[in-house]
Amino acid sequence: MSELNSVDTALLETIADMPGGKAAGAYNIRKDSGCASRMTTENIDIRTKEDKPGIDILIRAGTKNETCHIPVIITKSGLTETVYNDFYVGEDSDVTIIAGCGIHNCGEDVSQHDGVHTFHIGKRARVAYVEKHYGEGDGSGRNVMNPQTVVYLEEGAFFKMDTAQIRGIDSTRRDTKIVCGPGAETVVTERLQTHGEQQAESNMEIVLDGPDSRGRVISRSVAQEHSRQIFYPRMTGNAKCFGHVQCDSIIMDSAKITSIPSLTANNTDAELIHEAAIGKIAGDQLLKLQTLGLTAEEAEDRILKGFLA
Amino acid sequence: MLELQHLSYSVSSPEGTNEIVNDVSLTVPDGTLLVLTGPNGGGKTTLAKLIMGLAEPTEGTVVWNGEDITHLSITERAKRGISYGFQQPPRFKGIKVKDLLSIASGKRLLRRSEACEYLTRVGLCAADYIDREVDTSLSGGEVKRIEIATVLARESGLLILDEPEAGIDLWSFSRLTETFRQLHEKRERSMIIISHQERIISLADEIAVVDHGRIAKKGSAAEVFPSIMAGTGSECLKEGTVCPN
Repeated sequence: MSELNSVDTALLETIADMPGGKAAGAYNIRKDSGCASRMTTENIDIRTKEDKPGIDILIRAGTKNETCHIPVIITKSGLTETVYNDFYVGEDSDVTIIAGCGIHNCGEDVSQHDGVHTFHIGKRARVAYVEKHYGEGDGSGRNVMNPQTVVYLEEGAFFKMDTAQIRGIDSTRRDTKIVCGPGAETVVTERLQTHGEQQAESNMEIVLDGPDSRGRVISRSVAQEHSRQIFYPRMTGNAKCFGHVQCDSIIMDSAKITSIPSLTANNTDAELIHEAAIGKIAGDQLLKLQTLGLTAEEAEDRILKGFLA
Repeated sequence: MLELQHLSYSVSSPEGTNEIVNDVSLTVPDGTLLVLTGPNGGGKTTLAKLIMGLAEPTEGTVVWNGEDITHLSITERAKRGISYGFQQPPRFKGIKVKDLLSIASGKRLLRRSEACEYLTRVGLCAADYIDREVDTSLSGGEVKRIEIATVLARESGLLILDEPEAGIDLWSFSRLTETFRQLHEKRERSMIIISHQERIISLADEIAVVDHGRIAKKGSAAEVFPSIMAGTGSECLKEGTVCPN
């Protein structure tokens, strides 16, 4: 266990809503490839993996209204790691899991965190999963994050994922795959903001495997300055199911955005919808907010804040 | 008081210069309601935009409370107490009705009861709308009424409303005209409303018929309204007029 300093606690508050590095319920704080702090509860156990870096999170069946924070912070420039976290959520549970990664890079070397999260969600269990990615620091070293999230939902399970990249990540490749069993449902909200020379790629695959499964993806992104974003949202219906993908992007300055959606129906009762839009901030939106007393800059900030909220 | 002095707005094209607003002079005394009416394409909306700063005049001046505001930005005019309701208001993904009303009021967080009052005054059931996003899930009439609510929330000295009746059902329209009547009765603010509706026109202290970029006729409702009803607003509509080749 290592001590948390003011940089650490500020990062933890930004990425995981943990003021002072503290949270109610179970938690595990990973700092610079080590465990800075851990708390388990009667229903949520956290164990260090023995064969590779990472942890197993075991949530007892029937656990209700508990939270588990598992943030990662990197403050050493040049640190590169791949971490495997596996979640086993028992039947009929109802829990909130808050992840997130913050990098403070004041050096010249690349700091990189590749987190592989795999969820096994039991029958009728409900999981709200929140993750935020954020980078800072005045060094020239790049901040890189490549999160990979794989989720298997058993019958009647529900998985709500809110993922956001706030600022300061120079390069990211996000891979998300969610497989829904019979009657299972997932709702994924992805928010991504890039600026400078940043690059972001998001591959998302939702497989509606079981009868009466449902999936919804809401992706909102803002690309500023010279940044580039690529989206590959894919939805596959293998049974009677309903899937909806909605991708909206605001493009600014000299940025570039590519969105390549894909729908695959392998069953005549699969109902799949995709909507995608890329555009700049509408001029009439800016004018309207100026008539309400905001400057052009304030109006732009307010529109982006609302869009990514 | 608002004074427009020889205000013009023209656009140039290879075919020549098109005068959208042509040497308009008008005065709107404090606490009065002026209705701008006239045929489509006559220049009413452009004239209103010139007052708000949404368009810049090619000639003339706009004076508000004794200050020449012709070259002030939209924001600066808004801060001096001019507000504007768009004919076709924009929608905002992620911005809720209560957020928009808070921005309009200039308060960091508008009290829920205050926000509800503005919505009620435009005929919307506040509880159904206050937490909704101002996006495409709202109908044209709903967005229009939210737009008017934001203008009311400005509590400004001059309200400019561009066709507030457009897209609004008859029942809500009654509520809206009552709100305009009450506002006008207090005589605390000046209002310029672009409208073709008899019920709004009847509230006016003065009516100006705008046609071909000019004030074709101006006077009290009693003076001007009969000529509008007689369809004399546009020469082209007179019986026997031959369409040019």
